[in-house]
Amino acid sequence: MRPKLLALAASLVFAIAAGAQAQTGSVEIKDAWARATPGGAQTAAVYATIAAPAGDRLTAVSTPAAQQAGLHTMTMDNGVMKMRQVDGIDLPPGQAVTLKPGGFHIMLTGLARPLKEGESVALTFTFEKAGVREVNAPIQKIGAMGPGNTQGGMDMPMKH
Amino acid sequence: MPRSPPAPKRPPPFALIATALAGALILVAGLLIALAFRDQAKGVAGSPLAAAIGGKFSLVDQNGKPFTDTDLKGKWQLVFFGYTHCPDVCPTSLNDLALAIDKLGNKKDQVGIVFISVDPERDTPPVLKTYVDAFGGPIVALTGSPEAVAQAAKDYRVYFAKHPTADGYDMDHSALIYVMDPQGRFTATFTPDTPPDDIAARLQKLLG
Repeated sequence: MRPKLLALAASLVFAIAAGAQAQTGSVEIKDAWARATPGGAQTAAVYATIAAPAGDRLTAVSTPAAQQAGLHTMTMDNGVMKMRQVDGIDLPPGQAVTLKPGGFHIMLTGLARPLKEGESVALTFTFEKAGVREVNAPIQKIGAMGPGNTQGGMDMPMKH
Repeated sequence: MPRSPPAPKRPPPFALIATALAGALILVAGLLIALAFRDQAKGVAGSPLAAAIGGKFSLVDQNGKPFTDTDLKGKWQLVFFGYTHCPDVCPTSLNDLALAIDKLGNKKDQVGIVFISVDPERDTPPVLKTYVDAFGGPIVALTGSPEAVAQAAKDYRVYFAKHPTADGYDMDHSALIYVMDPQGRFTATFTPDTPPDDIAARLQKLLG
């Protein structure tokens, strides 16, 4: 019965390997961007769209551009702006989550230097299942509200 | 026939309930009136709400010069409370306001922006100066003693509170933008998500 056992073992190993591959390949980070900061600012916000087809959770972000990078949520509660740190951001299966102004953002605290439009911020995202991903977030203008030059700032199209 | 002593006179329960209901109704009515003012009249100068927003304050600007409520007069002012450690709403709102004013053409000199820090501990005049210089608009940035800042916030019905974090603190704060007319009277509000074009259009109308 040895050949049968061997075949079973082989298929098990194959299944595990396939599973592992599916997991590591299961997160996509798109449209990462940061907003340029005014002089002397100690904080900045970074945003991105993250998709995890099989579901995952963003648990941490780090960057050489700042002393700290935290996951934050911003809410408007009766006209009062509140920012709160969160332990992680859930990525439901097959549903992209967009970090954007007025919602989730990556908060950089203790900037090494101001973020200048046209440059970019290097970030390392850590996911519960997919592990670590390197991301480069281009720095948009100071009033930017989105990743491209289609929103915010002087180039904002008329909204009427 | 022995009689028990008369029980202390208590209002019957239905009276209590009726009173409570009436009280609740008055509260709701008050709230509705307040909301109606906010949505419709936007506190046109001279209305009761106009008198309730604004008041005396004594702060210092980004150059270390004293700035009081009387310095608001002579110009339309967009008054906004925030702090420089705020990564999202504060810089984008300041930028939007500066953009909106820039769209006013030859009337842009009639409107100014007043940014009042709710974080005087970290926002000193030099910090504010480098911060607002980035926006290029006609911005006066104000700070002061904690008491002076609290007074200004009270004038404008602005709520703010420190929220401790792992590495310091953030500030919760009301994020409305108040439009004050050249006599220093409250006239309208914008929310931080009002697009610059809409702000500019509204200002054009107000400026006449």
